[in-house]
Amino acid sequence: MNSITSHSVVCNNFVCKDGKILFENKDPGLTGFLLSVYQHFGWQYPKFFKMDHLSKLGWLAAEIVLKDVFRTEDYLPWDTAVVLSNANSSLDTDRKYFASVKDIPSPSLFVYTLPNIMIGEICIRNNFKGENAFFLSDSFDPGFIVRYVSCLMDTDACQACICGWVELLGEKYMAQLFLVEKREGEMSVAFTSENIDRMISARTCQNKMPEK
Amino acid sequence: MSAVFVASHNIISPLGSTTAENFSRLAEGISGVRRHDDKKISDQPFFASLFDDAWGLLKESLPVQYTKFEQLLIASMSDALLDSRIDMRDRRTGLIISSTKGNVSLLESGTDDPDLMERIALHHSASIVARHFNFINKPIVVSNACISGVLAILTGMRLIRSGQYENVVIAGADIVSKFVLSGFQSFQAISPGLCKPFDEQRDGINLGEGAATIILSSQKKYGSGVRIAGGAVSNDANHISGPSRTGQELFQVMTRSLREAGLTAGDIDFISAHGTATVYNDEMEAKAIGLSDLRSVPVNSLKGYYGHTLGAAGLIESIITIQSMKEDLILPTMGFERPGVSEPINICSSLLQAPLMNCLKTASGFGGCNAAMIMSK
Repeated sequence: MNSITSHSVVCNNFVCKDGKILFENKDPGLTGFLLSVYQHFGWQYPKFFKMDHLSKLGWLAAEIVLKDVFRTEDYLPWDTAVVLSNANSSLDTDRKYFASVKDIPSPSLFVYTLPNIMIGEICIRNNFKGENAFFLSDSFDPGFIVRYVSCLMDTDACQACICGWVELLGEKYMAQLFLVEKREGEMSVAFTSENIDRMISARTCQNKMPEK
Repeated sequence: MSAVFVASHNIISPLGSTTAENFSRLAEGISGVRRHDDKKISDQPFFASLFDDAWGLLKESLPVQYTKFEQLLIASMSDALLDSRIDMRDRRTGLIISSTKGNVSLLESGTDDPDLMERIALHHSASIVARHFNFINKPIVVSNACISGVLAILTGMRLIRSGQYENVVIAGADIVSKFVLSGFQSFQAISPGLCKPFDEQRDGINLGEGAATIILSSQKKYGSGVRIAGGAVSNDANHISGPSRTGQELFQVMTRSLREAGLTAGDIDFISAHGTATVYNDEMEAKAIGLSDLRSVPVNSLKGYYGHTLGAAGLIESIITIQSMKEDLILPTMGFERPGVSEPINICSSLLQAPLMNCLKTASGFGGCNAAMIMSK
């Protein structure tokens, strides 16, 4: 039985885990907000500062979904998969990179013009060497993510998976990550698209969601 | 687990608009890579495999609002669907699109309006393609750097094996634009001449344009003699733009793929490598081949014929492998002369007739991703 053992949300100037708000910052700027989340939790990871906005958002949401629940010692590096999705790929950085081309093309921006770089950043941080996939859809499609990740879990291609949605374009952003494991935890629920739908529309977060 | 059969396929590249045309050009030793001087793409001349401006590959005229990227996908799918007997309007038929950058060249228009941003989104292109062929199911879009094509085939395999689909159409394409070429130039990753995979003088990649389609089915009656027997994906967890120094993570997916296919290293007759002709990629791949005990197995890279076609590469190279299996003929590695990797692997440098029962495809890309896949007769 595959269970969701943790759920993180980063959007609209707040951070939420398992339905509880962990941090909020009314500062309207995205750059400042992402930095304030990093500083609030006291992580020490200099690589964070060179990441683009999308990777920072995904990295923070992954830190939060793993926090206090993921037992590293239970897994080999090959056991953990990362399967992410969004609507606009790396378009936020694509625009910044292409603006640099008129002057001198920036290799440090170009490397972030692929959405799966965010998966690489999460894998480097956690020494995750398992399955990867990045999918694009017009909006978060829990049904597909559950079907694909269940394929991986049920065939032992992975033993745990971070999956979900990390979208960012300009100042609009939304991250919803789920930790899926083969054990049941204190807060765990069955890994189904109905449960994901329920979790992403839970009231704590819903009140603060940006309008569609 | 249900078997996954290859029902049909197509490649559209500067070398031809069917798989058979492409394969015969490759067997004749013809490359699509040549010197271009096109100021719209680069201030300096560059080597790449590009479609001519007047590319007459489309068998039907398509609406002008379809971009070159979408027209390529549609043209490739049309040919692959011709002799497949697959019904796109069936609930049990899925569609997967693979690309790294799709319509990103639209950014070159310089405007920044929301409609243009929507037009660039890959899921938008996928919807256009799905509507064109009347697919019922919503398309799945894979965009995972240079392993996109192999990952798209593995995704199709997994969705068929788990019973979610009976047939899956997998199409991929990428085009060469100023955006992509300037980026690889900024990385000093572009070869000043023809690329030389695995060679001691190798000095970087050539880019290429292309589209390809592969149709998979759980129905043996649709099959054409080759199965997708297994595959796996991993991450190096080491660096976002440089490959693993050890090859351990690619080796790991090669091992998992063999296990899933119920094979051992001794069963592999041929390896279609990623072989981008950068110093580090080819060295890493050679190490993984060594770790897998596959040193004596013939290996090739097709980058010298096609350049690196990014999101189409894994599809094109897998389809050429399938054609090689049908003809029991391994193609030489264009551009390779003298071995330049630390492992003594068997780089194929001339046409080689050999019975091919089980073949391995590998790919690696930015973000530290690796993929391996087994094709069997």
